[in-house]
Amino acid sequence: MMYRDLMMTAAVLGCIATGASAETLRYATARDVYGLDPHAVTDSFTNIFTHHIYEPLVRYDADMTVEPALATSWEVIEPARVRFTLREGVTFHGGETFDAADVQVSLMRAVDPKSPLRGNLPGLKAVEIVDDLTVDLVLEGPAPLLNNYLTNIFILDSGWLEEHGATTPIDASQGEEGYTTNNANGTGPFRLESRRPDALNVLVVNEDWWDTPQHNLTRIEHSPIGSDATRVAALLSGEIDLIEPAPLQDAARIEAAEGVRMLENPGLRSIMMGINMGDSLVDGDVEGNPLKDLRVRQALYHAINMDLIRDRIMRGKSRVTGSLIAPQVTGYSEAMDERLPYDPEKARALLAEAGYPDGFAFNLNCPNDRYVNDEAICQAMAAMMAQAGFKPRLLAEPRQIHFQKVDNREVDVFMLGWATLPMLDGFSVLSAMLATPEGEYGTFTPAGYANPRVDELTRGVAVELDPEKRLSMMQEALMLAHEDVAWLPLHQQPLSWAVRDSVEIPQAADDLVRLWYARIQN
Amino acid sequence: MADTTFHRALDSDLFWSFRKSWTARVSSLVLLVLFGAAIFAPWLATQNPYDISQLFLLDSELPPMWIDGGDPRYILGTDQQARDLYSAILYGLRLSLVVGFASVALAAALGITLGLLGGFLGGIVDAAIMRVADILLSFPAILVALLVNGIARGVLPPDQHADAAIWVLILAIGLTNWVQYARTVRGSTMVERQKEYVQAARINGVSGSGIMIQHILPNVLGPVLVIATINLGMAVLTEATLSFLGVGMPATQPSLGTLIRIGNEYLFSGIWWVVIFPSVVLVVLVLAVNLLGDWLRDALNPKLR
Repeated sequence: MMYRDLMMTAAVLGCIATGASAETLRYATARDVYGLDPHAVTDSFTNIFTHHIYEPLVRYDADMTVEPALATSWEVIEPARVRFTLREGVTFHGGETFDAADVQVSLMRAVDPKSPLRGNLPGLKAVEIVDDLTVDLVLEGPAPLLNNYLTNIFILDSGWLEEHGATTPIDASQGEEGYTTNNANGTGPFRLESRRPDALNVLVVNEDWWDTPQHNLTRIEHSPIGSDATRVAALLSGEIDLIEPAPLQDAARIEAAEGVRMLENPGLRSIMMGINMGDSLVDGDVEGNPLKDLRVRQALYHAINMDLIRDRIMRGKSRVTGSLIAPQVTGYSEAMDERLPYDPEKARALLAEAGYPDGFAFNLNCPNDRYVNDEAICQAMAAMMAQAGFKPRLLAEPRQIHFQKVDNREVDVFMLGWATLPMLDGFSVLSAMLATPEGEYGTFTPAGYANPRVDELTRGVAVELDPEKRLSMMQEALMLAHEDVAWLPLHQQPLSWAVRDSVEIPQAADDLVRLWYARIQN
Repeated sequence: MADTTFHRALDSDLFWSFRKSWTARVSSLVLLVLFGAAIFAPWLATQNPYDISQLFLLDSELPPMWIDGGDPRYILGTDQQARDLYSAILYGLRLSLVVGFASVALAAALGITLGLLGGFLGGIVDAAIMRVADILLSFPAILVALLVNGIARGVLPPDQHADAAIWVLILAIGLTNWVQYARTVRGSTMVERQKEYVQAARINGVSGSGIMIQHILPNVLGPVLVIATINLGMAVLTEATLSFLGVGMPATQPSLGTLIRIGNEYLFSGIWWVVIFPSVVLVVLVLAVNLLGDWLRDALNPKLR
């Protein structure tokens, strides 16, 4: 009798346990977030992960259009002043009420001169509190992309920040840590239960969320798994429900396996090679810098067979491009998408014409843990360049070293990916990658590249409010860059996730995993 | 003279034991083949895997030539970068063996010197050397190698990591493995030190270093030979482990361990040949070295005869 009771209890408990665990989503990525402080790093993976906990004033919906979040409406009352009405009755996970002071403290924290995120919200001068639920954003001038910028700036509780001495921002890329690195208190659909850096992040559902959840998750367990093969093995064995990225070389294996499937779509992130056009090469064997010569840059372009790289290394899943932005991004035109064709003979001829019949040595700098198959692409390109007469020296290095070198212009031909996030607008390419470096402009512009017309257009686009005019100015600037071979575009990398069949999740073109749209079917 | 030496060698116990043991014969034959392959790699290989202009992406991921879709130019197939696996294995074997021999030489030189000093001088020198050895012994070898490797890489500028990788590996593995030599040599030295011929040399006024090098050293080398043989297998494995973990030879100059690491990423994609062939070569190499080492230990051990 007692035995039967026990069995019954066990059976009932078992049911409850399975019921609950069915809505736990176990999620694996190639690496961990750089901490949970949403203002500490510009890394888009970290930002989207913290977006589960924190929220911005306005957000992207599943179709990438801006919709209200913590602000319910907004209005441009002067060209340089925008008034936001805040949502009433929102509380933070710790129980604090959301109000205008939180917006003021959070936005000013994000644009603090010390904050690495300041470039993501340019032109904000001050936040003025009108009343508890109304704020004015005071800007330096008209800002056509203000709302796009704001989708990526999350709101923290002012009292909580003060209590833990975290009002000053930290810079996670410099290794700085603070209370906000491992603790979080937001208004979002999930709250942080626990975090063990590089091992496990656990989020649980926020029952008091102001919005109606579209997801049905109760718990998210996120673990970084660095090795491609191990990540796939974890998915196939049922330990993990969602992996991102799913290695392209294993797509066929995953498709063939029972109970799991690939999620694939064309992505927004354009991969390209920057070209040092400064006065000297970092590691050359000739006087001066041959790459300053347009013919040499064109030779480099003709030397690369992107179709073959797409077929072999990207398993036919990348979109070969001549443009620096994806077709979905504002500013794209078909004219700029024309590639110089693969033609090693022409490359050799151009090289000889420029006075380097025997080629010359230069560094080919690549990350080996940042983009889809980055190192493999660079190895293949190095071989192709060598076959066309160049002498590239391949340096495939971890992201920290690679991007530090890019920042310091200690690179000759270097790989960079750009998704124009969070604005989804070609202006981000103009301002960050083509304009002559000055102030907030030209963070990634290759050394020595300066085209006065591009600079003029960039500054024009920044303040132009008429969409038609703005678009044609952007297209003109991008065409100039195309003709100058300022960058050597490669492809748009594919989105490649893999999920258990029970998981439903929309895959937005920006490659960001938004689990508040995920559902688990039983 | 040479003739008699040769005959003496043929008549020796060691050679008799060698002829009697088929494991010794087979493993030395295998090693001979592998060493030959490594030494003559540039002539045996069909492609120079270090010359990127010889890699044609169109030929990537071809299976071994006897399988459908294979290409006779690539006997064992190609990897993702169209590197010919047969050539890559020959060159990789070369690197693995160079690292193995060089690190064994470093470890032996260091271990013998410290062991002789400790055993001969005794006292505080001996205590200091042996405590360091004890501390090192309490860590797994791979951990010490990772530590040395990490420090060396930390000290070097990142640009030079690829060029210096082979030296860093030799240093890391050599510094990890000297302890066994030191302990063995120290023990034998302490025994030899008491013997009459050493006493006689002392009375004749031979200096301490003279006694150590001329008299004691030749008499303690027997066990060192056995350790060195077994250690070669260990060193090759440690190198492969470090390269497999991604802190050894870079992908542009692959050793056997690097090839296995690269192949491992493609295990799920059905491209099995990239991981299987280098692994088989590694297993065969280490097995042969260890079997030979085992036989040598038994053959030189008078108690087992």
